[in-house]
Amino acid sequence: MLAKRIIPCLDIKNGQTVKGVKFVEIKEVGDPVELGALYAEQGADELVFLDITASHEGRKTFVDLVKRIARNINIPFTVGGGISELKDAEVLLNAGADKISVNSSAVKNPQLINDLSLNFGSQFVVVAIDAKHQQGHDWVVTVNGGRIPTDKKLFSWAKEAEERGAGEILFTSMDHDGVKQGFANEALAKLSDELSIPIIASGGAGSMEHFKDVFTHGKADAGLAASIFHFKEIPIPVLKEYLNKEGIPIRL
Amino acid sequence: MNEISNSSGSQSSDSGQRTSDSQKIVIIKYNAGNIRSVKNALLRLGYDAEITADPDVIRKADKVIFPGVGEASTTMAYLRKSGLDKLITSLKQPVIGICLGMQLMCSFSEEGNVDCLNIFEEKVRKFQMPEPNAENIKIPHMGWNTITNVQSPLFDASLEGEYVYFVHSFYVAMGDHTAATTNYIHPYSSALQKDNFYATQFHPEKSGSVGERILTNFLKL
Repeated sequence: MLAKRIIPCLDIKNGQTVKGVKFVEIKEVGDPVELGALYAEQGADELVFLDITASHEGRKTFVDLVKRIARNINIPFTVGGGISELKDAEVLLNAGADKISVNSSAVKNPQLINDLSLNFGSQFVVVAIDAKHQQGHDWVVTVNGGRIPTDKKLFSWAKEAEERGAGEILFTSMDHDGVKQGFANEALAKLSDELSIPIIASGGAGSMEHFKDVFTHGKADAGLAASIFHFKEIPIPVLKEYLNKEGIPIRL
Repeated sequence: MNEISNSSGSQSSDSGQRTSDSQKIVIIKYNAGNIRSVKNALLRLGYDAEITADPDVIRKADKVIFPGVGEASTTMAYLRKSGLDKLITSLKQPVIGICLGMQLMCSFSEEGNVDCLNIFEEKVRKFQMPEPNAENIKIPHMGWNTITNVQSPLFDASLEGEYVYFVHSFYVAMGDHTAATTNYIHPYSSALQKDNFYATQFHPEKSGSVGERILTNFLKL
């Protein structure tokens, strides 16, 4: 049976791992390659590395880092951040990335999804969507780390991304991110019902029960989290043992 | 854990120098994505491999790896044009096809409705979404799934039921050469073997320590 995936996410700035709380305060938590290899050994099913560096210099550091990751880590990994054209994706593919994720750049230029998927295959293209729930309204897609609302709505944008060739959707609820009160299960379940590609849930993991809930009520294919892993609040082997006992299909 | 190589260090070359057990491993170079990940996996295991399209080098190698990420009909057209199709089918040493490589070793693929290398008589079909879809099945089949009924020198008994990593929308139907079975929507061939030809639908190079055991078994053939 296909296992539900547990995915630690590492935010990278100038080649180092960082994790912001609600994307503002930032704390360093170590070397990305060492941390990634440790997670792989502990049973992480995939890894995500997001480059939050804006500078040209930082960008070069990130590509070098992706090469090191590809040489040292034996599970699939996705890289994201700063991919606005085919050329950016190609550099990362050649550096050894298994998948890339696009977020703001796809909102600005949806054709990018088509181009990426035609050139590199849809299995290579993860469309990341950050959205905020508006009282009594739909979920509004935001960009720039949740700071800027757009005119796109979560469900229609996710569907459009699938039609344009996305291989997976990585949905982060900006209301749940960093709050540790659980994932946005209702919205996730709706995404899973409406789309035929895998959904990765992000934002809100605070306890092991939250993962159980996101795989049952949230119908997610994968659960992504950062700080609970980085700060060793929930060790991956303990989490997977728990989910297995709860009857969730998991790779032990 | 493997030694963490320094980012400023020189990148390993594609020279494919002979390794300690002095076998020559080649990875067939063609218009497919992420071939390097197979080489990286071999390097982690202490083996080097040459990425090449040179027929002489491929013919003389001890082991041949035929990787692949891409679309079947365009890739088959490329193989025919370059003559790699005849070369691959004529090889006598152990050959392993991975993912698209496995599908291209079959007789026919529904991806672009193309005749393939016909090393295995099995056919490649497109996954169909079950109706109704009560279990929220997704296509592609992406992630970790188990291999069962393993029967090939590629697998030792300890690999029965282990999880490996898959990404694919087309599958090889069950057949005479099925060497491992995976269940997604229905049972299908997740590995094939016939004489010196081996194939896996999953990516051993991305399947953690389990994948490394499978690659090692292949290299020890």
